[in-house]
Amino acid sequence: MDAIFLQFLNGLDKGGAYALIALGLTLVFGTLGVVNFAHGALFMLGAFCAVTVRKILTLEMIATDPEKVTAWGTPLEIRTPYVEAWFGDFGSFMVDYSVPFSILLAIPVMLVIGIVMERGLIKHFYRRPHAEQILVTFGLAIVLQEIIKHYFGANPIPQPMPSVVGGAADIGAAMGMDPNVIVYPWWRLIYFAFSVVVIGAVFAFLQFTTFGMVVRAGMADRETVGLIGIDIDKRFTAMFGLAAVVAGMAGVMYTPLLPPDYHLGMDFLVLSFVVVVVGGMGSLPGAVAAGFLLGILQSLASMTEIKAIIPGIDQIIIYLVAVIILLVRPRGLLGRRGVMES
Amino acid sequence: MNALFSMSRKDVITFVLFAAVVLLMPIWLQPFGAAYPDLMQKFAIFGILAIGFNVLFGLTGYLSFGHAAFLGVGSYTAVWTFKLFSMNPIPALILAVVISGIFALAIGFVSLRRSGIYFSILTLAFAQMSYNLAYSVLTPITNGETGLQLTLDDPRIVDSAFGGVNDGSLPVSNLFGLVDMSGISGFYFCAVFLIIGFFITQRIFASPFGMMLRAIKSNQTRMNYTGFNTRPYTLTAFVISGMFAGLAGGLMAVTDPLAGAERMQWTASGEIVLMTILGGVGTLIGPVVGAWLIKYFENIFSSFNESVLHNLFSFLPDNVESFVVSVTSMFVGEGWHLTLGLIFVLVVTFLPGGMMEGFRRIGSLFNRDGGDKAKPDEPAPAPAPAE
Amino acid sequence: MSERKDGPSRRKVLKGAAAGLVTAGVAPTILTSSAFGQEYRNKPMGDTVTLGFNVPQTGSYADEGADELRAFQLAVEHLNGEGDGGMLNTMQPKSLGGNGVLGKKVAYVTGDTQTKSDAARASAKRMIEKDGALMISGGSSSGVAVAVQGLCQEMGTIFMAGLTHSNDTTGKDKRRYGFRHFFNAYMSGAALGPVLGQEYGTDRRAYHLTADYTWGWTQEESMRNATEALGWQTAETVKTPVGAGDFSQYITPVLNSGADVLILNHYGRDMVNSLTQAIQFGLRDKQVNGKDFQIVVPLFSRLMAQGAGENIKGILGSANWNWSLQDAGSQAFVKSFGAKYGFPPSMAAHTCYVQTLLYADACERAGTFYPPEVIKALEGWDFDGMGNGPTHYRAADHQCFKDVLVVRGNENPTSQFDLLNVVQQTPRAQVEYDPAIFGGDLGPYEVS
Repeated sequence: MDAIFLQFLNGLDKGGAYALIALGLTLVFGTLGVVNFAHGALFMLGAFCAVTVRKILTLEMIATDPEKVTAWGTPLEIRTPYVEAWFGDFGSFMVDYSVPFSILLAIPVMLVIGIVMERGLIKHFYRRPHAEQILVTFGLAIVLQEIIKHYFGANPIPQPMPSVVGGAADIGAAMGMDPNVIVYPWWRLIYFAFSVVVIGAVFAFLQFTTFGMVVRAGMADRETVGLIGIDIDKRFTAMFGLAAVVAGMAGVMYTPLLPPDYHLGMDFLVLSFVVVVVGGMGSLPGAVAAGFLLGILQSLASMTEIKAIIPGIDQIIIYLVAVIILLVRPRGLLGRRGVMES
Repeated sequence: MNALFSMSRKDVITFVLFAAVVLLMPIWLQPFGAAYPDLMQKFAIFGILAIGFNVLFGLTGYLSFGHAAFLGVGSYTAVWTFKLFSMNPIPALILAVVISGIFALAIGFVSLRRSGIYFSILTLAFAQMSYNLAYSVLTPITNGETGLQLTLDDPRIVDSAFGGVNDGSLPVSNLFGLVDMSGISGFYFCAVFLIIGFFITQRIFASPFGMMLRAIKSNQTRMNYTGFNTRPYTLTAFVISGMFAGLAGGLMAVTDPLAGAERMQWTASGEIVLMTILGGVGTLIGPVVGAWLIKYFENIFSSFNESVLHNLFSFLPDNVESFVVSVTSMFVGEGWHLTLGLIFVLVVTFLPGGMMEGFRRIGSLFNRDGGDKAKPDEPAPAPAPAE
Repeated sequence: MSERKDGPSRRKVLKGAAAGLVTAGVAPTILTSSAFGQEYRNKPMGDTVTLGFNVPQTGSYADEGADELRAFQLAVEHLNGEGDGGMLNTMQPKSLGGNGVLGKKVAYVTGDTQTKSDAARASAKRMIEKDGALMISGGSSSGVAVAVQGLCQEMGTIFMAGLTHSNDTTGKDKRRYGFRHFFNAYMSGAALGPVLGQEYGTDRRAYHLTADYTWGWTQEESMRNATEALGWQTAETVKTPVGAGDFSQYITPVLNSGADVLILNHYGRDMVNSLTQAIQFGLRDKQVNGKDFQIVVPLFSRLMAQGAGENIKGILGSANWNWSLQDAGSQAFVKSFGAKYGFPPSMAAHTCYVQTLLYADACERAGTFYPPEVIKALEGWDFDGMGNGPTHYRAADHQCFKDVLVVRGNENPTSQFDLLNVVQQTPRAQVEYDPAIFGGDLGPYEVS
């Protein structure tokens, strides 16, 4: 029982990540009608915002110790981070909390990247076939990740979480059960909560602001909204920026769980498309529901008991579910008719 | 040969030119540093793969994102044929084409129930399942990560029945013990198939079947409203293009008897799509050109290391040279992916019809009236964004 | 298995005839050079000899590949008498004089394996067919090593494997033309086992998470054999998909499994990710069966340890080599590598450097580049002064036998490179085994 509960919990935090990525992808697709293969790269860029912040915070003062030499004969370097030298304990505190701090950087940076991408490239592709959108955004994704590789190398770069939440929470004990039975990492719980908050915020934004209302109207019928004199393009640009910010924040918060490397985006790309399609192209609630569904199913399928019945099921579960859902519900869980079928 | 006579003059000329270009590769590729057997074999094999893919995507507009699975199936089948029966490439290729055709029939039957991106995701899902299983659970059949290879103690029933001697070294696939399938003869073997494949596609493009597929591409809903069942046509196209991929996979195994699971990964499927679009979707020659370009980049650009660059730019003054080298080294050697990505972005942005549109534009500069009429394969009008 | 010594084989004649038939008149003659006019493929005619370095330049192992390439460049410099000579000064016995190999200057070409068998074989073929490479070396994965090794056997080109740790490379898939200096999964188990016994006792229950492909399986098998010989029990062995990224769904079942040791048979990014995540689950702070929970990573590399950051501290594993070794050979190598690049070499760099020197030395001793003679010169060769103490290249399977390092993640690193502490240098005798246990067949010396 506790095993199933733990796997379920695990599915929730996995699902949170999937839902966040799929949400941004669906925002772009639903508003702009663009299939964005560079979305995974935006997630990766977000993660590297965290890397950059940490790099800056841990910039080191390099002094050489002439007494000692390295094995290859140069004087040994003594490195002290500037922030610690200048701010003492407050500096160490900033380094410790570098991941949450990074969100402050990621929001403006990703907004700018998103808007530049949309204005500079994507907007020329609104009326072009989806295949060309896929190719151009895929090319862009390769360019972005190769640039990151050039500056940060190919190895993963660890991003520790704040030390207070470094360990695991004893959920079982908190719920009055035996201690040490249901233990789960704090950061994964935080990630789940974070994803729920962000998803809620995006929905509230679309539901309760005039801006959101116009965008929703534009998603439903772009021409008419344009006809009544609203500059829908500008709002759609903003939506692309928003999608980039959501992807970027998802990336920042993910770094403690998975040391980021330049290839991170590609790993999530296929998966996020499967999530979006299972949810129904263009449906925001569908993307969120599919994200959590696939996360939970993936966790459950990885249990030894289930693998013993169907060997290798954990390797293919996501795709198997996608096939079944698409055959049973042609437009995904919550998709609308006629989207992307041409 | 009847078919040849019924071809239009233009088609005959295209075909003859194409055959000549392919067969003369060992000569005209020389100055590009690409005239060595392995790369030319790859040119021929990936050319077959791309024209086969084009039959599906170029004619019907169905974008399969799992085409590499058929390539993998073809390779595995061919290697198993080598292991069990004979090193002769003919049975291996026949089986590769048949088995991948059956595989394509099964996957196509299910996937073609949906269209648009749903179709793409279904094919992607099937291919990824094949890849993941081939890499892990199916290792007894596929030999997993290491890839399926020939071993000395393979039965090779037919070969040993005909008194094949085991001289202690691994056999090489050969045509009835006469022509080795490695090296330059392997290239000609593949080239013949590329030319045959090109001929078949040319016939398909010109046939009523091809017209029907194009009609499906331009408006499937209307076709369905007229009471016309489009599925058998799309399924046929899917199976044909799966068989082309199986043939390509089989040829890969013939020239180099190894089959690895990563041939089926989604990036490999993506590569096929990229080749086709880069060259020019729906054109006859475009996909082949795209395939050649990408393989050339992968093999030649990636080999430019810094010492090569230093030699290349050694005529420059020293500090200029090191600057030029440090800039160019971002784009070649380990940076060749960056160049590839940039090319995709530039080509798709400025030449939506791929390289073939570029050639056409250059052609029309020299020949003003010939430029416009030669556009039978305009990309379909873009579907409006989600309504 | 017969070893043909005389006359051209049937196939060689046929091939020559067929190549003549097919290429007559069309192909330029240089393409058929392997069949005519030369006793063996790519015999160096001018005053240079070309080596081919096939390393991952794109993909997850690109940093490891870059480090291998640095080592190769350094080796070529030293062979040509440039730089400070590195291990040429410590190698024993030595036939190399720092004036190239057999009087010919060493040149090299490079290729990108992309850590894919197909791409690796394609770039190896390019180097052999187009660039005239006489030897291929490098690589950072066993799948690639086995694939390229098979190709090199067909082409009659010697392959000096880079980083490859699977038992298969010199076991089931061994080849006459393939040589491995790196250690393997069996040796990791044999070296780690006794240390695990000393540190964690003989009454333990181990839970294995294993990368679901051939290397992972051999690693798991070797670790199981080694730990069960100590008296440990194996609670569970779970296969995980390669490149899963998030391994948490496989780690949660460990929590209440009753196991008190987690063995991560992962390498590269998978290792970085699964270790990071396992530690977040609080496994190292856990007490099970009255003992501290422990995590073991059988194969460590410093480059990957960097990716795991703090999490690597105190974790036991094994390594082929580490730059902190104090023997003369290692020190000479670290000195020239560090002086040239500003940081110490990784173990992948070390093995590639040593392999290049060993090949060159074997050519020098054989007095020819003719591969079968070079192979014979390498087989059964004993040498010293290249790190890891006296080393033996076993003739039966082309596996090097030398001391294996048991290492532990450094608790108090003195620099950003000082990540691993050598716990024990396990003597060679302890990791040796009978080549028959892994089967395989080397194949012939002469290939057409």
